[in-house]
Amino acid sequence: MNLRILVGTRKGTFLVTRQNGRWRPHLAGHGGQGVNYAAADPETGTLWALLGHGHWGAKLSRSTDGGATWADAPQIRYPEGARHYLPPPPSETGAGEGAPTLKPATLLKLWTMAFGPGGRVWVGTIPGGLFESRDGGETFELNRGLWDHESRGGDLFAGPGNGTTKWFGTPAAEGEFAPGIHSIVVDPRTPDRLWVAISTAGVFETTDGGRTWRTRNQGLTMDYSPNPGDEWAGHDPHAVVQCAGQPDVLWQQNHCGVFVSEDGAATWRKVSRPEQGVHFGFPVAVDPEDGRTAWLVPGKSDMQRTTLDGALFVARTRDGGASWEALRAGLPQEHAYDVVYRHALDHRAGVLAFGSTTGNLYVSEDRGETWQAAAHNLPPVYSVRFA
Amino acid sequence: MPRVELTSHLYQFFPALAGRALAVEGRTVAEVVRAVDALAPGFGFYVCDEAGRLRQHVLIYVGEERVRDRATLGDPVRPDDRVLIVQALSGG
Repeated sequence: MNLRILVGTRKGTFLVTRQNGRWRPHLAGHGGQGVNYAAADPETGTLWALLGHGHWGAKLSRSTDGGATWADAPQIRYPEGARHYLPPPPSETGAGEGAPTLKPATLLKLWTMAFGPGGRVWVGTIPGGLFESRDGGETFELNRGLWDHESRGGDLFAGPGNGTTKWFGTPAAEGEFAPGIHSIVVDPRTPDRLWVAISTAGVFETTDGGRTWRTRNQGLTMDYSPNPGDEWAGHDPHAVVQCAGQPDVLWQQNHCGVFVSEDGAATWRKVSRPEQGVHFGFPVAVDPEDGRTAWLVPGKSDMQRTTLDGALFVARTRDGGASWEALRAGLPQEHAYDVVYRHALDHRAGVLAFGSTTGNLYVSEDRGETWQAAAHNLPPVYSVRFA
Repeated sequence: MPRVELTSHLYQFFPALAGRALAVEGRTVAEVVRAVDALAPGFGFYVCDEAGRLRQHVLIYVGEERVRDRATLGDPVRPDDRVLIVQALSGG
């Protein structure tokens, strides 16, 4: 088994490899630095890490020698003249939220990355910019179709646009309350078709290479909103993933449930089972051939982001969400309060891996039936991706 | 030429600058940062954001004075000045 696992953590990038039947991690780079996401470009083999230095800003780092050495890559910058309306922060007084603020865009966070054929690379950022490269990551350009979307006020390079934004923000925005792109799904049939998921604006799709975008929130419910089904209700998909072999099947989990789409995100269907603890959580993984099979690591609720009753389990469906199994073998069933972030569960060739904010990393080689601990004392885990 | 000293944290990212007496041309803080960036490409984007503003938790001293113009780093620098670039450290 030649699989490797790239793990982004609050204190560095780790590589996890299988040795003598055990999965073992080692610090591969960025010791002491925050790594929001780390992944491999399947076309070139280059390993990428999205760093959050805090004081020094967000930086792209890459390794072309399998993780032995890392160096800063050409950096992503918001172009001069890029502006955005910042939604008013949630009111603490209840006295009304005021008007959005128009301000110059600066890079706050590099949050996710996706790869396509022919050197195409995408990076999702806060404050809500999608950056695209067509040369393997040597240069990036802000996708203007999404940035200038009418729902964000229109073309704000040219002027004040329509004066408002329908996008909300996320507390993950490094001190601001700005929106963030955390999921980028590239259609395996054509890289001109993409879905992105935004905290907090929902799902958007393009079918023309990013020139135009439309919302894909039909069927989602934002139960805390006065109009839960409205396309601008503040939908907050936590992660969106696609079945590579059945690309019209997409999954997401959010504050208000687990949702599946079988028509390319045109409509979503809620498949939660709250009575079985399958409702709130961040990550989802889907079988690459069978879109009915998916895995989650449920949490108790958005108000109580811990395991259910101190026991860690993975939920699996094999019938498109009609029923769920709780897979617990090898996972702690008492005194466990692990939270698994949106990028911290992955699947490859029947092997699953996830990492928690408690620094635990678990791997299953039998599709989730049984689990082994690869590490118990890692820094808080932000991302887990097979490489 | 103004002398430039950096927090040891920055030498970690730009080891080529470590262990050398750094002196660069520059009549303003912005010119000094640009000159260091020419020696160590990428340095300027660690200290400033895209718009050239000093990052929030970074401080630059000219002599013993903190720079006042954090937006464009227009504070003057004399040839015999020492420019010190440091940052706040926090977290766990």
